[in-house]
Parts: sequence; structure tokens; C-alpha cells
Amino acid sequence: MESNNYLDGDLLRFTTAGSVDDGKSTLIGRLLYDSKSIFEDQLMSVQNTSKKKGLEHIDFSLLTDGLKDEREQGITIDVAYRYFSTPKRKFIIADTPGHVQYTRNMITGASTANLALILIDARKGVIEQTKRHSFIASLLQIKHLVVCINKMDLADYAEDTFDEIVNDYEDFATKLEVEDIRFVPISALHGDNVVDRSKNMEWYQGSTLLHTLENIHIAGDRNMKDCRFPIQTVIRPHTDEFHDFRGYAGRIESGVFKTGDDVVLLPSGFTSKVKSLIQNETEVERAYPPMSVTMTLEDDIDLSRGDMIARPNNQPEASQDIDFMMCWMGNEPFQPNNKYTVLHTTNKVRCIVKEVLYKVDVNTLHRIEDDKSIGMNDIARVRIRTTKPLLVDTYNNNRSTGSLIMVDEATNNTVAAGMLT
Amino acid sequence: MSEYTLIHLKELEAESIYVIRETFAQFNKPAILFSGGKDSIVLTHLAKKAFWPAKIPFPLVHVDTGHNFPETIEFRDKLVEDFGVDLIVGSVQQSIDEGKVSEEVGFNATRNRLQITTLLDTIEANQFDACMGGARRDEEKARAKERFFSHRDEFGQWDPKNQRPELWNLFNGLKHFGENFRVFPISNWTEMDIWQYILLKNIELPQLYFSHKRKCFVRNGTILSQSDYQELRPYEEVKEMQIRFRTMGDITITGAVESNADSLEKIIGEVAAARNTERGGRADDQRSETAMEDRKKRRIFLE
Repeated sequence: MESNNYLDGDLLRFTTAGSVDDGKSTLIGRLLYDSKSIFEDQLMSVQNTSKKKGLEHIDFSLLTDGLKDEREQGITIDVAYRYFSTPKRKFIIADTPGHVQYTRNMITGASTANLALILIDARKGVIEQTKRHSFIASLLQIKHLVVCINKMDLADYAEDTFDEIVNDYEDFATKLEVEDIRFVPISALHGDNVVDRSKNMEWYQGSTLLHTLENIHIAGDRNMKDCRFPIQTVIRPHTDEFHDFRGYAGRIESGVFKTGDDVVLLPSGFTSKVKSLIQNETEVERAYPPMSVTMTLEDDIDLSRGDMIARPNNQPEASQDIDFMMCWMGNEPFQPNNKYTVLHTTNKVRCIVKEVLYKVDVNTLHRIEDDKSIGMNDIARVRIRTTKPLLVDTYNNNRSTGSLIMVDEATNNTVAAGMLT
Repeated sequence: MSEYTLIHLKELEAESIYVIRETFAQFNKPAILFSGGKDSIVLTHLAKKAFWPAKIPFPLVHVDTGHNFPETIEFRDKLVEDFGVDLIVGSVQQSIDEGKVSEEVGFNATRNRLQITTLLDTIEANQFDACMGGARRDEEKARAKERFFSHRDEFGQWDPKNQRPELWNLFNGLKHFGENFRVFPISNWTEMDIWQYILLKNIELPQLYFSHKRKCFVRNGTILSQSDYQELRPYEEVKEMQIRFRTMGDITITGAVESNADSLEKIIGEVAAARNTERGGRADDQRSETAMEDRKKRRIFLE
């Protein structure tokens, strides 16, 4: 880690998905190890445990499998977050297990990711699980997929094998809404093309995995066009110095706000102008995502949490009838007759379910219209009616105003995630 | 990078401020758990930024074990005064005097475990429903899966299998009466991020973090400060060493490292070259490989 460059890099969040055997933990361990993000005491502890288990090599997966329950079961049961950095970028990995029953974890990990890393075992090629991971990444509108064809060492580092898998994947990927898909042949175990270029695959002319992760351009992925500023809380200092100060605290979810801009206040529809934008303790001219700012307005208008500031000529839709792709995450099956609480931006409303339109087979992407029973990890398109209008955009256009979660009113657990269509 | 890109520290800062504001907006009575360490100091600075020009609209809570470094208490009191924020102190000594907990005995006796009872009593007495802490996911394996909003049942228990999924930035703080949350706004920061931010913003820290001469002794490979609270074994000897601390905890368990780093720049150089995690010096984490999880599952974790 070179600290002199430390302040210049941006942040890339990526998600990984893979099954027990395709070497995901080994790959992550390798990235952490080769980028020198593993400390000696951590390594020693893993070395000792590897020895106790009678292994010849260091089992990198021990670095990432944290909780006792899952170590005993030998599986990963939840989303784990890992960190590493290079002089170019800081990375946050949302590491999710690949089992069928953990679609909900994959969706959770993917919800904040800029990029998804898909692992394919070179000996197995594109399997159902590969398709499921890819579909979820596409559903969550992840703009970049990096497909790692792993265990090339067990496939004689053969170019043919790689090409065949790439072709198969590309055939399937025509169904996805992802434009940027890259392929890297690797061996996580031996480190080929992970951080260092492989000497065993000179036929491969592309970038190593780390080089790809460091250089993928993500700044253009944010929505800089549609100004959306949901209000989290109102700041009123009541001090002598700031006696009349009324500031709206929130995060710029999309678009660029400037001082002097005409704005519309929703849901009321009143208009005003941006008087000042405060980031931390200083005024700034412009505010853009994902900045947390405090905004003051020229007019004295009473806004509160859940309200939104947008531009008069570019507003979200105010609607009580919401159509979305729902991933059910509750332990108990979905009950269409229950009422649920919906959290959307900084708003909290209640809803009733009007209709389940269809269920999706996450392996084939086919619609299932005859069976509408929904259990954990099922994905379905549903329509709800909320107690008051939400200020929404489609998820395709806006990840923030296009997403919601549903909460069970009896347990207060988060039971579903929704992407607005 | 494009004109509209935030460097990663700014993005982390914005994320943490967002989480702090969500906590304030979603709960009735939030508080910051202030340990006196660099992470809770950074957290307090972020809270100040989140509400400026208003003051931090909730108190700091400090669990005083009675075994603190005097420097920690001095620093705490100055920060509280500078920021104009309320301070609530939970006293472990008082819990002992009231017979709620009993002191560990023996050479390795610490009050680390006792502070859990004091903390829970303080939370209950003040009816705090969200306590923000400066824990980071990179600190220890068990924390890699911790949520920003971490639900605790009415007994203060954390159930790793029953944590709510956290999607996008939609934090679900809904709860039943008597339940509360731990909130970790700086979850995504690493040790290096914290140090770089402290340097960038010129944040004041307790002198304990910087190299100084101190009377120390070595126990089980850990350099500990001499104090009135710990008895020495016959073969243990006190000598003056040039050291600094990488974490802040009780004087009885916080391991020091030999170091000449007397400035932030030098500390960052040390952190970049470090071969051991900062918790590596904590006697409490070395008890077993899943020590932190066991402690957390039993009741709670504090930092």
C-alpha cells in the first residue's frame, strides 16, 4: 500500500458470487494476499488452521469464512464485506455465498455494487448457478460484469476451453441487460492472471483481473441528469448566530444541484431556488451524488423527512400504484393478504398487495404464471398500492428512487427488496 | 478522474454522515458510544459535520471502567467541551459497588467483561434506542458481516442468523418496545482510511497514539503499561520503553508497540508497513480464534 497515492483513488464496490467449490474464497484470499492486505497474524492463524486440517497449501478461504456457525458447517451464510486497496483504487467486496437458497444474499451484495465478479469453473463451464448470478446482477442493474474462468490450471491452461466457455456465456448473455462484460482466464490457486500476468496462458492478451478492476471506468455510471434530493432531516440550530437557519439534510441521490437553481419541492409542488449548499461545514457551489449535504432555500417553506427536492422540469412520478420486481427474503412465505410497511428513499408508508403478476425462474428467466406462491429467494413481479404517493423513478433510471424494501409489520424484519419497473 | 468523482475518503465520509443522519431521524434517543479511541473520535467529528451549524443533537456515552489511561479522560473532557455536546458516563466501579458485577481476580484480571453490564444498564437507564459505535468491518473476521444497523433484542443479544438484510441505503430501524440497535456508521472504513482522514482533517488525538517514553512490562509477548491496577509476577520487570498505542482500551489490556512514530505522517508510514492487525495487541482477542464472536454473541460488543 503506497500511502502517497492514497488520497487520489476512488472507490469501487464489487460483489462476488460463487458456490462452495468454484474457488471464490481462494480468489478473494489471493486478491487480499497479493495486494498485501493480509496481516501476518491473520496469515499465521490461517496457516495453523490449514495445518490442523491436514492441508498442504494455505486454505485462503479460512480468511474469509468468519462466523463460527459457518465454519462448522463449512459454508458461508451471509454477505461479508472485505477491503483492499491499491495505489489506484480502494475496493469493497461484498462476498456472497452461491447456494440456491441464498439468492437473497446475492441481491443484498449486488444492491450497492458497481461491478459483479462471476466465477466459472473451467471444467464445468456455464452452469445454472452462473446464469442465476448473472441474472441477479442484471436485475440489480450492475453495469459491469467480469467473468473469471477459474481453475484454468486444471484445464491445461487451454485456450479452446476458455473460448468455448466465453461463447456459451455470450449466447446466454443476450438475455441480460448488461453492456460491459469481460472475460479473464485465471487460476486463483496459483495466481495466474489475478494480480500477475500468467506465464501459462500467453495466448491471453487481455488484462489481469486486478488491472481490470483498477481501470474500469465507473464515474459515468451515476445518474447525473435527474436531480433528486430526498430529505433525511431538518436542521434548525436555534442559536443566536444561526437564528433563522433552516437547512435540509440529505444525500444527493442523482443529478447535480447548483446554488441559484430553480427547484420544486415535492409532494407540495411549491417552487423555490437553492440558496446555499453546505458540505460538512463549508458552502459549496455544486452538489452531486453521493454527497451528503445540507441545502437551504430562498423561501421559507416547511419541508420534512420524506419530502423530496427536484427540478421543476424534471420530476419523479408521484404514485400510489407501484409495479416492481420483488425478491422475497422472509423466512415465512409471502402473504398477499398481509399489509406491509414500505421504506422508499426517506419515506415510510404502508401498502396492500394488489396483484402478483408472475414469478420468475431465476435459472432460465422464464415467467411462471400458474404458480404464484412465493417463498424465500423467489423473485416475482408484483403490484402494490401505498397509503400515500411515493416519489418514484424506474430502477433502470435511478437506483435510489427506483428501489424499495418491504418490512413485515409483526416482526419488523426486512422481508423483500423491490426494483421498480 | 472525472470532474464529478469523489475520492474514496470523501465517499466514505458522505456515507457515514448519511448513516448518522438516518440514525437521528429514525430513532427517539440515539447516542454515540465514545471509547476515547481514534475510531470513536472520527465518528464524533463526522456527527459534528452531519448537523452543522447545529450542535450534535445527542449525547456521548462513555463507559468508565476506572482503569482508563488518565490521558483518555482528559482528552474526552476537552472534546466534550469543545463540541458543546452532552456526556453521560457509566461507571463500572459503581456497578461493582452495587454488587451487579464482581471483579475478576488473578494476574490477568481485567474489567473488560464487566463493562458490558455497565453499558447495558446505562442504555436502559437513559432509554437509548440506538447507540452508534466506531466499529469497522475490517477489524476482525466476525465483524465482516456486521450491518450498519445491527438489531439487538430486549436482552441486548446479537443473533448472527437473524440480522436483517441491508439493501441499497435503505436502513430498517423499525423495532419493538425494549429492543435497540447498535449503529456502525464507519463500517466501511479501514484502519488506513481512518488515519488518512485524521491527517487530511487534522483531527486531534490523545497523545497515547504518538511515540512516548513509558514504564512498561511484557506479558505473554504483549507490552503493557505499568499501572496501579495490575500486579506483576515475580519475574516480570518494569522498564522504560519508547512506545505508542495502536488502540485505546483499558490500561490493563491495551498492548503497546515499540515505536518512534511521533507524528501522524510517521504513524501512517508504520500502519502501511504493519505486519500485524491493530487488534493483534489486544489480550482479550487472543483467547480463542472466534473470541470476538463469542463475546458479542454472549451479550454485546462495545467498541
